[in-house]
Amino acid sequence: MSLTAKLDQIFVLLQHWISGFFPLWLQPAVGTILAVIAIVATFPGIFAVTTVLERKGLGRMQNRLGPNRVGPLGLLQPVADGIKSLTKEDIVPASADAVVHFLAPVVLVAAIFLGFAVLPVGRNMVLMNMDAGLLFFFAIGASTELSIFMAGWSSRNKYSLLGAMRAVAQMISYEVPLLLSSVVAVMMTGSLSTVKIVEAQSGFTGIFPHWYVFTPWGFAGFVLFVIAALAETNRSPFDLPEGESELVAGYFTEYSGFKFALFFLGEYLGMLSIAGFGITLFLGGWGAPFSFLGFVPSWGWFFVKLFGAIAFFIWLRGTLPRLRQDQLMNFAWKFMLPMTLLNLLVAGAWRFLGEGWSRWVVCSAVLLLAYVLLGRVLMRKQNLGPRSYRYAD
Amino acid sequence: MLGEGMLKGLAETAKNFAGSFVSKERLTTVQYPEERIAPIENTRDFPFLVYDGDDAMAGLRCVACQICEKECPPKCIYIVKSTDKKPDFVGKMQIYPARFDIDISVCMSCQICVEVCPFEAIKMDTEFELSTTDRFGGLLYDREQLSRSNEHYHKIHPTEAAEVDARLAEEKAKAEAKAKAAAEAAAAKAAAAPAPKEAPAKEPGA
Amino acid sequence: MIVGIAFLLIAALTIAGAVAAAVLRNLVHCALSLTVTFAGLALLYLQLDAQFAGFAQILVYIGAVAILVVFAILLTRGAGIPEYRGFSSGWLLGLVIAAATFALLAWAVIKSLPAQVATGAAPAATVQSIGAALMSSYVLPLEIVAVLLTVALIGAVIVAMPESTTPQSKAEDGGGR
Repeated sequence: MSLTAKLDQIFVLLQHWISGFFPLWLQPAVGTILAVIAIVATFPGIFAVTTVLERKGLGRMQNRLGPNRVGPLGLLQPVADGIKSLTKEDIVPASADAVVHFLAPVVLVAAIFLGFAVLPVGRNMVLMNMDAGLLFFFAIGASTELSIFMAGWSSRNKYSLLGAMRAVAQMISYEVPLLLSSVVAVMMTGSLSTVKIVEAQSGFTGIFPHWYVFTPWGFAGFVLFVIAALAETNRSPFDLPEGESELVAGYFTEYSGFKFALFFLGEYLGMLSIAGFGITLFLGGWGAPFSFLGFVPSWGWFFVKLFGAIAFFIWLRGTLPRLRQDQLMNFAWKFMLPMTLLNLLVAGAWRFLGEGWSRWVVCSAVLLLAYVLLGRVLMRKQNLGPRSYRYAD
Repeated sequence: MLGEGMLKGLAETAKNFAGSFVSKERLTTVQYPEERIAPIENTRDFPFLVYDGDDAMAGLRCVACQICEKECPPKCIYIVKSTDKKPDFVGKMQIYPARFDIDISVCMSCQICVEVCPFEAIKMDTEFELSTTDRFGGLLYDREQLSRSNEHYHKIHPTEAAEVDARLAEEKAKAEAKAKAAAEAAAAKAAAAPAPKEAPAKEPGA
Repeated sequence: MIVGIAFLLIAALTIAGAVAAAVLRNLVHCALSLTVTFAGLALLYLQLDAQFAGFAQILVYIGAVAILVVFAILLTRGAGIPEYRGFSSGWLLGLVIAAATFALLAWAVIKSLPAQVATGAAPAATVQSIGAALMSSYVLPLEIVAVLLTVALIGAVIVAMPESTTPQSKAEDGGGR
């Protein structure tokens, strides 16, 4: 193999080499265990870096420095946070349901770690190449809602319960646009397997890649997917359930110490996994952006795109105000759902119009027109402007 | 159009983020304790006693009139008068405080003691890094700890100190003029008094 | 053999969840045990290599039906611990009916077993074949289910919609201002 190919497959070769030390009947199991260890080591590491990048990035956007005392430029802050959360007292309220209270973070983290199994991190680097990989991912995502409800209900606290209800309502409403917006990618690929979806985007015309985001329906699908993904992981601007100024900490008010850290870990890992999934579906997974950049290893491109997505999420968090619950729900059912359904139709039209410039024009025009019209119609009754007060005489 | 405001907001935060690396106005953090913002002149924290000259105890302006002790709302000042007297800035003999304690854990920095002092003896300091490990004794300042020179007063509150000094100098000048006038009057009286005494003395002798 | 052990473990988990759902006193605990039962069923489907059915089971049952059950419990305030405990008065009749149903199901399953032991390779039920079948031979059930779901959705919206203001209350509002 050439050097670039070896670098590309370095982790796969490492896995084969280590499992070569074991007897033949044990080798698949050892290979899988090695891949699991790699996932469990890498993604929480990225989580640690994400927390410090987020705090520093948000700080810079808000005209201040982030944490800069622990380690050079504050980069060892996650270590300090980890030690703090490990040494804090684990308080369980006396009237709380102890079993459910304990199981909620466990279920959350277990479900989220399962979601990483179908993410193709590089060429030939996916833990489980399942035929129904996409469905697996979304099924696991649906299980996280249950753990949030368990957390909120078992705390026997009004505010936690309220936060949990809001979170579950939000997650259920945005699950439909999430699934529908990812169905277009499946339609064009013809398979639910994430590996096949990435491979379908790995071609190049000239120097430009065949990523789905560069097509009208792919771009619309990507935007809708990102919005729904933000809502699914309770991330700003959809972070009403954990709104620090409203509900103390929402459904994890009564958690302290390591359980809180587990919730935090689960939430950020969920964000990482759904960002990775969006990259797989629309941004070409481990593919290079230009054909002459193919010498960079595929897993390198995946992590570069992942960091780009995380930076974009942090940027959004620093910019947008929080959406109110009714605004959230209106947005999901009145805007996102019609747009995703229309996107499905447009993707079908794309396939049937055949190659050529006509399908670009038609699809883009339909989507743009629908976006503008829907925006006008929905904003008709809102008188948005500076607030005017009427005082009592 | 829908989404326009969002894009404008994103542009603004991006400007903030990029600008925070290059321009000072986009990154307004002052990294305490390595950098400090200079306090403005009207800053006040806890009181101190002003002394003129070099010797703290000899130059204290305080004459233990106890007005600040009585006016202090949380009663954090404790004064014990001395038994002897020493001259003040105009030369008049005044008593001085043998003990002057302020409990700064009680003091609420209301500045009433400064406002009522007729002798410009107690002023507000700007020092705030006063943490100690001793909760009770460490926060009880006695006369020596509270004394600061007039130069210190000039440094922290320049215009106030200049105005106080001008007023005190004026009073001193007035007092000196009065004393000179009184001395002249006494001298004139003394000059006039022996003359008639001398004249009748002279007359019987002549 | 490993397959047999796996099946026994998953079956034990499913039955334990179902029994717990019937026996536990706290209603939310019952709902959560029911979720464990659903998960056990999904694992059984996966063990039989029916990937689509297994993941659809997780997505639909655990992700939607379990949440629905939990919401129903919470919104109707049935989550408190009941003050009394005891068997209902008709427990003997209930036992008889349950035993009869179980016997019927067991007879049906056992009777169908020897004739249906698969000798050849199982047909690959990939998602593509399921999709093709849904669109060609099963399109009528698909459309009926879609219409049913739409009716349910519209019904839910109508039931949950707030009362519209009557003309009388509007006039009062106008007069009072």
